[in-house]
Amino acid sequence: MLDITGLSHRYEDGHQAVEGVELHVDRGELVSIVGPSGCGKSTLLRCVAGLQRPSAGRISVAGRAVDGVPDDLAVVFQDYTRSLFPWLTVRDNVALPLRRRGLARAERRARALDALAQVGLDATAGKHPWQLSGGMQQRVAIARALAYRPALLLMDEPFGSVDAQTREDLEDLLLAVRGGAGHQGGAGHRGGAGHRRGAGHQGGAGTTILLVTHDIDESVYVADRVVVLTGAPGRVHSDLPVDLPAPRDQIGTRALPAFVRLRTEVGRAVRRP
Amino acid sequence: MTPRPRRVLGAAVARGWLLVLLLLVWEAAARRAGDLYFPPPTRIVRTMRELWWSGPPSRLWLSEQAVDDFVPSLARLLLGWALAGVAGVVVGVGIGLSRVAFHLADPVLQFGRAVPPPALIPFFMVVFGLGTSMHLAVVVFGAVWPVLLNTADGVRSVEPLHLDSARVCGLGGWARLRYVVLPAAAPRIFTGLRVALGFALILVVVAELMGSGDGIGARLNAAEREFRPDRLWAGIVLLGAVGCVLNALFLLVERRVLAWHRGARRMST
Repeated sequence: MLDITGLSHRYEDGHQAVEGVELHVDRGELVSIVGPSGCGKSTLLRCVAGLQRPSAGRISVAGRAVDGVPDDLAVVFQDYTRSLFPWLTVRDNVALPLRRRGLARAERRARALDALAQVGLDATAGKHPWQLSGGMQQRVAIARALAYRPALLLMDEPFGSVDAQTREDLEDLLLAVRGGAGHQGGAGHRGGAGHRRGAGHQGGAGTTILLVTHDIDESVYVADRVVVLTGAPGRVHSDLPVDLPAPRDQIGTRALPAFVRLRTEVGRAVRRP
Repeated sequence: MTPRPRRVLGAAVARGWLLVLLLLVWEAAARRAGDLYFPPPTRIVRTMRELWWSGPPSRLWLSEQAVDDFVPSLARLLLGWALAGVAGVVVGVGIGLSRVAFHLADPVLQFGRAVPPPALIPFFMVVFGLGTSMHLAVVVFGAVWPVLLNTADGVRSVEPLHLDSARVCGLGGWARLRYVVLPAAAPRIFTGLRVALGFALILVVVAELMGSGDGIGARLNAAEREFRPDRLWAGIVLLGAVGCVLNALFLLVERRVLAWHRGARRMST
C-alpha cells in the first residue's frame, strides 16, 4: 500500500529532518511511528501526504508515485482548531472532502451524517466546531477522514491536544472504527454508537493507517506494528510487530505481559538511539 | 424578571440620556443666544421637515426636493462603494494569493493609498466633466484602498493548516477560494468594507460640493448661496444620520455573515 525508499528531507534552513527512511506498509495495517521529538515524524507524514516534496527518495501509495496529495488519502492533524473550518457546520466540514469523490450534494450530506454517527456525534451535525469540546472536535476531524473512506489514513499526533481520558476514548474509537476492538468502542462511552454500521464497512478494515505519536503506550496499544525513528535526522531504528490479541481494551490489554514487554522495548529504542 | 418592554426602555434610557441632555442644552443655549448661525435643534428639524418631509404619505412623506437631493447622492455612494468593494476584493485576492504579486504591488498600493482622494477631483473633473461619472470616480478611488489592502492581508494570513486541510480535502482553485480562502479572509474583508463605506459618504459629499447640479452636496452649496444657515445645519444633520444608518445596516449584515467568527472568538477567550 505504502512504499517509502531512501526518503530524505532537508529544510531550506539546512535542518536535516529525515534521512534515508525505508518503510513498507501493507494494505489494512495500522502502523504507529514513534521517536524522540524533532526526529522528523511529522515531516515524514507530510511527505507521504504530498504536502511537502522530499529532497530525495521515493514514496508511492497504492503503486503510484506521490506527486501532490494522493487521491485516496485523508489526514487527521493534531491541531483540530485549525484543521476544521470554523465557518462551516460540523456536517459541512465532514462533507467537504466528498466533493472530490464527485458525489451529489444529498449523498455527501448523508455520508457525512453516517460518519458522524460512527463517532457518536450525529446530534451535533448542525453546530459549528467551536461549539464543541476539544475531544469532540477531534472526533469531527476523524469523522471527516472516515467519511472520505480513504485507502490510506494519516494521523499526525491526533490525540496530542486532548486530556488523558478523552485520549483513551479516542484510541478506542480508532480501534472500533477499524473493527478491531469489538463491543466497547470509544463512541459507545458517549452513548452515540447505536447508529454505527458494521465498522468494517466504513473506511474500516480495508484502510491502511499511519499514526504518528510521541506516546509510547499509545503507539503499542493501537497498532499492528511500531516503527521507531532515531533522533534528528530521523532514520528507522527498529520495526516491531505488535501481536496483542483483539479486542483490546484500556485496562486489560495494558496489563498483559506482552504489552509491558513491547512498551519497554519501544521505550528503550526511543531513548537509546 | 422585568417584562421585556420595560427592560428595552431601560436600556434605551441608559444609553441615550447623554444625547438627550446635549440636545436640551443646545436647544436652550441656542434660543438664548438667538444667533442666526446657530439655530436650535427644533428649528433645524422644522427646516428638515419643510425641505424633505412635506410630501404625500403615498411617497413616505418624501418631498420632491428630498427625492432630488437623496436619490443622486445615495445612488452615487452605494454604486461607488459597491464598485470599490468588488474591485478591492478581486484585486486584493489576486495580490494576496501570490507572494510575488504582493511584493511587486505593495509600493504602488502604499502610494495610491497615500494620495488624498479629493486631490484627484480637479483631474476627474477634466476627464469626466461635472456629472455622476466624476463623483463615482472619486468615491471608487477613495473607497477601494481599505477593501483592497484588508482583503490582501486577510488572504495572506489564512492559517497554513487550513490551507493544508484544504489540499488534503482535495480542494483546488475555485473550491479552495470559495470554501477556505474567502471565508477565512471575510473578517478582514468586512473591516475594509466598513471603513470604505465611511470614506464613500465623505467623498460623495466632497465631490458634490466641488461640482454638482444635484445631490445633498449641491443642496449645501445652494443653502450657502441663499444664506440659509438653518438649511446648512439641516444638511449636516442629515448626513450624520445617513452615516449612522448605513453603518448600523452594515453591522447588521456583518453580524449575520460573520456569526461564526464572533462565536469562535468568544470561545477561544
